[in-house]
Amino acid sequence: MTTQTVNQHDAHAHDEHEHHDAGAMKVFGFWVYLMSDLVIFGSLFATYAVLMNGTAGGPSGADIFELPLILVSTFLLLFSSFTYGMAVLAMHADRVAQVKGWLGITFLLGAGFIGLEIYEFHHLIAEGFGPDRSAFLSSFFTLVGTHGLHVTFGLIWMLVMIVQLYTKGLNDKTRPRIMCLSLFWHFLDIVWICVFTFVYLMGVL
Amino acid sequence: MFGKLGLDDIPYHEPIIVVTAIVMALGGLAIIGVLTYFKKWKWLWTEWLTSIDHKKLGIMYFLVALVMLLRGFADAIMMRTQQALAAGGAEGYLPPEHYDQIFTAHGVIMIFFVAMPMVIGLMNLVVPLQIGARDVAFPFMNNLSFWLFVAGVVLTMISLLIGEYGKTGWLAYAPLSGIQYSPGVGVDYWIWGLQISGIGTTLTGINFFVTILKMRTKGMTLFRMPIFTWTSLCANILIIASFPILTATIALLTLDRYLGMHFFTNDMGGNMMMYVNLIWAWGHPEVYILILPAFGVFSEVIATFAKKRLFGYNTMVWATACITVLSFVVWLHHFFTMGAGANVNAFFGIATMIIAIPTGVKIFNWLFTMYRGRLEFTSPVLWTLGFIITFTIGGMTGVMLAVPGANFVLHNSLFVIAHFHNVIIGGVVFGMLAGLTYWFPKAFGFTLDEKWGKRSFWCWITGFYLAFMPLYILSFYGAVRRMQSYANADWQPLMIVAWFGAVLILCGIACTVIQFIVSIRDREKNADITGDPWDARTLEWSTSSPAPFYNFAHLPNVGSVDAFWEAKKEKGMAADKPTQYEDIHMPKNTVAGPIIGLISIAFGFALVWHIWWLAGVSAIGMFVAFMFRVFNDDIDYYVPAAEVERIEREHHKRLEMQA
Amino acid sequence: MRIKKNLGWLGVLPLIAVLLSGCDAALVDPKGQIGVELKSLIITAFWLMMIVVIPVIIMTVVFAWKYRHSNHAAKYMPDWAHSNKIEAVVWLVPCVIILFLGIITWKTSHSLDPHKPLAPKGETMEVQVVALDWKWLFIYPKQGIATVNEVAMPVDVPVHFRVTSASVMNSFFIPTLGSQIYAMAGMDNDVYLVANEAGVYAGKSSNYSGKGFAEMTFDALALPQDDFDAWVEKVRESPKTLTFNGSYQELAEPSTDHPVEYFSDVTPNLYGKIIKSFKGGNGQGEHGEGHGETTMSAEAAE
Repeated sequence: MTTQTVNQHDAHAHDEHEHHDAGAMKVFGFWVYLMSDLVIFGSLFATYAVLMNGTAGGPSGADIFELPLILVSTFLLLFSSFTYGMAVLAMHADRVAQVKGWLGITFLLGAGFIGLEIYEFHHLIAEGFGPDRSAFLSSFFTLVGTHGLHVTFGLIWMLVMIVQLYTKGLNDKTRPRIMCLSLFWHFLDIVWICVFTFVYLMGVL
Repeated sequence: MFGKLGLDDIPYHEPIIVVTAIVMALGGLAIIGVLTYFKKWKWLWTEWLTSIDHKKLGIMYFLVALVMLLRGFADAIMMRTQQALAAGGAEGYLPPEHYDQIFTAHGVIMIFFVAMPMVIGLMNLVVPLQIGARDVAFPFMNNLSFWLFVAGVVLTMISLLIGEYGKTGWLAYAPLSGIQYSPGVGVDYWIWGLQISGIGTTLTGINFFVTILKMRTKGMTLFRMPIFTWTSLCANILIIASFPILTATIALLTLDRYLGMHFFTNDMGGNMMMYVNLIWAWGHPEVYILILPAFGVFSEVIATFAKKRLFGYNTMVWATACITVLSFVVWLHHFFTMGAGANVNAFFGIATMIIAIPTGVKIFNWLFTMYRGRLEFTSPVLWTLGFIITFTIGGMTGVMLAVPGANFVLHNSLFVIAHFHNVIIGGVVFGMLAGLTYWFPKAFGFTLDEKWGKRSFWCWITGFYLAFMPLYILSFYGAVRRMQSYANADWQPLMIVAWFGAVLILCGIACTVIQFIVSIRDREKNADITGDPWDARTLEWSTSSPAPFYNFAHLPNVGSVDAFWEAKKEKGMAADKPTQYEDIHMPKNTVAGPIIGLISIAFGFALVWHIWWLAGVSAIGMFVAFMFRVFNDDIDYYVPAAEVERIEREHHKRLEMQA
Repeated sequence: MRIKKNLGWLGVLPLIAVLLSGCDAALVDPKGQIGVELKSLIITAFWLMMIVVIPVIIMTVVFAWKYRHSNHAAKYMPDWAHSNKIEAVVWLVPCVIILFLGIITWKTSHSLDPHKPLAPKGETMEVQVVALDWKWLFIYPKQGIATVNEVAMPVDVPVHFRVTSASVMNSFFIPTLGSQIYAMAGMDNDVYLVANEAGVYAGKSSNYSGKGFAEMTFDALALPQDDFDAWVEKVRESPKTLTFNGSYQELAEPSTDHPVEYFSDVTPNLYGKIIKSFKGGNGQGEHGEGHGETTMSAEAAE
């Protein structure tokens, strides 16, 4: 039957190749996960589309969306995608310090985005237009909020990666993770563009 | 401190539940006793609970599924008994309060905690071996998936003893499942049990999708893969694409119930039709997730025991792919009577019928595999033959239901119940039991007792027809589903016949239990020395039984379909004895997996009972455990070549003694 | 080893089925035009499928038996795994059958569309149906009466049932007459049915709705015109009236195994008011005129 045998770490030539493959497989697997995440967002978008007219005597999108604020948060997020791209370039160039720096800036931009979102939500709830007011507001808060929750997880992940860069540096475990986070971050950017367009812009127009 | 939980929530005044609790406690104590007496705790922890070995995870999935089959079937026989009694004004012995929980739990358990884990268990055990790989792409995630599934099981079982289960039917339609109409904790148990185990399933889908696409051994192109692997690939694609819909839908229901939102409420703009659409957009692919791997099992079994190549391999693949794609465009056939217009209904009806075409093709391919073969009537073959007939009938009733007009009088009637049991029992259950028998020796090193296996089959198939044919008939007399009682006493005789059918199936289950006991007792006699007890065709049979933990000392090189069969034809049974062995890179066990799973039980329980501090602490606990994993670099090791050689030589020695 | 499964049991069951035929035989013996057409549709679909099912069952038994291991007389071709001719047949025959069935489906989905009127408006009687916990309320807008758990209609007069719910999702179903339709709060669904033979037919909800579901049954009385008029008069004699803000609210309280009730007077547009009460704030966009949910197209597009 099976037995766990003694642990030996041998550096084989094909070992490196295997690890590179393992890294590539992790990134591929993460792509697949992102597809499943896309389905979640798709379900939420569909729900929003069906329920957006269910205002139940409360406000509609045009009444509550503040486009200037959303414009700022959109730029924050889009720019953070750029800064993350810089982090990846730095990673390919093996410049750990720069990676940490760019990740840090990305984190701040992302945190800014979340901060503005929390402000928006708080404002709406204070006015009595919380997610329990109507189906429209439920689906709005949930769609936008789910995106925000994903961004928040991304921020936590980013902090963990910064810590790992300090404790382990760039190795064949941390590199794929930074790549996966990169995919995650850009994915959330794209989802935000859809949110921005279909929810905010089309809601106001 | 304890949220909504109080002493009143423990149903100590319900005799059935108290008896169940006592039985469960005694069973649990017996297991603990045995483990302690034989000093097997460490063994259990290191060999099984923390294992990332796909073969062991597969066995554990299947084992849990079999245990849950007992629970789900207990529900079934309770329902049949109630319906046999509660005719023409009689109340039976189960008031709606209980009956309604029982039919809900029966459906949830059978689909999520019996059928799914059987399918996933077989996939785990078999797929990496079939593709010539050493493990799945993400072994830690595989372990985590298993423990998240267990958490869902445990939460559902806890609901029996603390609180209640949902009284909504297995899909918990809104607004009945909303907070207004189901204020108790039942629906919350449903929510968290499924949400937590659902995440495990989605992770499995991703894991196996990557495994099959990226870890096939050299020479195994897609069109040289065994059919079971093909059907697994398609099932996993369905999982990845459909389970997130379930996740989202349950989340929306959760928001309605916990935060007073209005997705599916009656008022304030909510739309309960959205729930129905979303849940079935998941629900229909789900049944194909169950049936496709079963189809794969039958393909393997019939080719092996007919000693003949599977007829129409390419067609089988394309048919499976068609079914996979089409399964996403038929969901509305579950609610033709919700009132969509004729064009919409017709479209979905026709799409549903079109799926029957590739399915029918597969059936003919199995028949033509038998044609001009040399068929051995082993129990897997009996299950297969029983399947072909039973599933065809079930498929026919499905196509009948797919005609919107017919559906208008058959929807929610016993016809639907009979139809889906027809295809699920005839298809999935028979397939899983065939797969269990077929791959058992690969997992454990000895075959199951054939005599009791056949007895189980005959009990199941006669029991099935006796239990469900009456339901078809009753539906023509206007009987609907989920009836705790019914006014028309003329229906009772058929309900009693159905009860006898259920009893026969119970005998079938008993035969399987006896089969296990007898087989374990006779394991030396039925030992599988060669690793290839059936003279089979695919790669998993080229390993010893059970396979070594690393699966293959040398990753095989493949040149065709049925690679192992071709290799045997060329070289004969004796495996090559290579002189060169290499170190093998293997993952280590994981503690984080079971711990995260365990904590998620507390998390789910806390959320059910609104014990917010416990929910917060559990969430943090799961995060911390995950961080431990993430920061742990000691997660793999190398098996020395000498060790590999020792294991392989032992196997070859036994092979030679056998020959 | 015999493979024949126990077909014997299947033979006994139709016998039992015949024994049942004394009672309300629902789909087997429908009493309305819709039901009759649906029955014929089911039978057609059944026999079309049998074209495949019967050969499959025969082939299973015959092939398994003929090519059993112990039969050395049978030809053995272990590597024969492909035949264009067989492929052609097994793809084409089901395609043709499904083509037929598909055309039938298209046609009957339209001809038997529950929303399709059976006669001009003037010749159709309207009955408004409200699913409550756990009973059925029937409102006759023209006659100005209402009943609980008993609905009557004149024979041969098409009835336009407008269906809603004041509670959870139910399904309004009189099996002997034909199609059912979902009852949902805030929505105005509808189904047209007609009874062509006098009788008392069982009605129920087919969609599980909670504790009192099993006893949420009603009687559908198909009466000759004179008897129907007499029935209306009988209801008009009831001392009870149904007001939206009064007795209706009481009626809507959960109850199980609710007895038949008659109301001689009803708040005008009670049905509309019930639907509107679920809209929350101003009702948006939907008129109560014989349509179901307007949001359906958005979902269908999904």
